[in-house]
Amino acid sequence: MSEVALPASLEEVYAIRKREPGAAVLAGGTDLLVRMRADGKKPPVLIGLERIPGLSGIAIQDGVVRIGPMVTHQNLLDSPVIRKHLAVMHEAAQVLGSPPVRHMGTIGGNICTASPAGDLLPALYVLDAEVEISSPAKKRVVPIATFITGPGRTILTGQEILTGIRIPVPDPGYQGFYRKVGQRRALAISIVSMAALLMVSPDKTVRSARFAWGSVGPVVMRFPDVESSFAGRTFGPALLADVGRQYSERIRPISDIRASASYRKMVAAGLPLKILEQ
Amino acid sequence: MKIRCIVNGKQTDLETAPDRRVVDLLREDLGLCGTKEACGSGECGACTILVDGESRLSCLMIAAQLEGKEIVTIEGFSKEHLHPIQEAFIVHGAVQCGFCTPGMVLAAADLLKRNPAPDRHEIRRAISGNLCRCTGYQKIVDAIESLARVEEESDE
Ligand SMILES: Cc1cc2nc3c(=O)[nH]c(=O)nc-3n(C[C@H](O)[C@H](O)[C@H](O)COP(=O)(O)OP(=O)(O)OC[C@H]3O[C@@H](n4cnc5c(N)ncnc54)[C@H](O)[C@@H]3O)c2cc1C
Ligand code: FES
Ligand code: FES
Repeated sequence: MSEVALPASLEEVYAIRKREPGAAVLAGGTDLLVRMRADGKKPPVLIGLERIPGLSGIAIQDGVVRIGPMVTHQNLLDSPVIRKHLAVMHEAAQVLGSPPVRHMGTIGGNICTASPAGDLLPALYVLDAEVEISSPAKKRVVPIATFITGPGRTILTGQEILTGIRIPVPDPGYQGFYRKVGQRRALAISIVSMAALLMVSPDKTVRSARFAWGSVGPVVMRFPDVESSFAGRTFGPALLADVGRQYSERIRPISDIRASASYRKMVAAGLPLKILEQ
Repeated sequence: MKIRCIVNGKQTDLETAPDRRVVDLLREDLGLCGTKEACGSGECGACTILVDGESRLSCLMIAAQLEGKEIVTIEGFSKEHLHPIQEAFIVHGAVQCGFCTPGMVLAAADLLKRNPAPDRHEIRRAISGNLCRCTGYQKIVDAIESLARVEEESDE
């Protein structure tokens, strides 16, 4: 049996973890409780973060959106700030799981699970998000790409907790998109996913383009050299087909139970064109 | 561990292991077997309950999380008469074996609370976390859609 604690402050979380180093942090439980049941393992203590006031909420200040780790996917969907400034995240949250999974699952859980298929991750990468990590000793802020080091692996150590996500508001000229292909429309882990931020002038010249890809490697992938090659070109189906071709050549996906590597490359080649579909 | 919560409108004191799954607590300790378990891993929606009015999966919740919360299961969803959602499911033939029905009805309740006049596409999205092996979904969508229309007319 696991003891369960629902502390009201981070100080209490730290105290419990100091006493019980094997304690596990519980956010929405949609990854952790599934994993615990599959492995048949129970940590001595589950520390639920759901009653700590400072860990929820979405706020915008000085051009930065700050999101608490306990913000649920449904909270993201309901937030006018996210819809207006971070449309790519709104789109990603829309296709994550099912309604009850979105009511329970959190952004912090999605990040700390660090699955290459995590649907919020490509959006966070393309937005240059940073995460805030806290421990009794100090607070550090690192880019999302530094935080996640491999499938299921992060730089969290000791008593550290993810306590916030910071996203610089992109230039309002950017449009955001998230496209995902899975085995079915709902409740599907992605086979390939792609987040895009595009800035296109009225004459259709691409001014800036950023792409981040999920499920095509051990972590979400961005290739700055490929991104910079699109500036100055004319936006349209021909360009998007070329984007797909270039990334399809660049990525090194693996074969797993959901799809083969060669199928993933094929899907990746077609995904940018889906930006044109609503 | 002692837990105080409201279950189907009644203040309830529970004495249970803190990490007991809520689906087990409801079915085995409280005898509320309307909540079903199929997958036990969040994929099917058979175990859907309402917690503070929002749909959640009782197979992915543990007892301690219920402290201070208001829980509604299918048993407490209707008062004296069947709830209009339940009536609509019967009228439209949306129930066959019935195993998915409690979860479907509560998923529909969550939807209609957020969006009183959903279209068929929105209805499909809203029940996308609930599997049904019998009906082929059309009749379930019909049932929920019939309520959406009623809401729309009463708005005008
Ligand atoms: C049926 C089903 C469908 C799903 N579909 C999708 C999908 O389509 N796309 C997708 O991306 N995911 C999906 N998921 C996975 C999951 O729902 C998401 O990853 C979710 O965001 C996890 O959040 P959580 O709050 O439930 O995390 P939890 O399960 O509570 O935690 C996950 C991990 O992160 C750690 N953790 C959580 N918060 C913190 C914190 N603040 N600091 C330190 N560590 C922390 C926990 O200790 C645990 O190891 C699905 C899950 C289920 C059950
Ligand atoms: S039993 Fe809970 S979702 Fe299937
Ligand atoms: S009626 Fe049998 S599972 Fe839906």
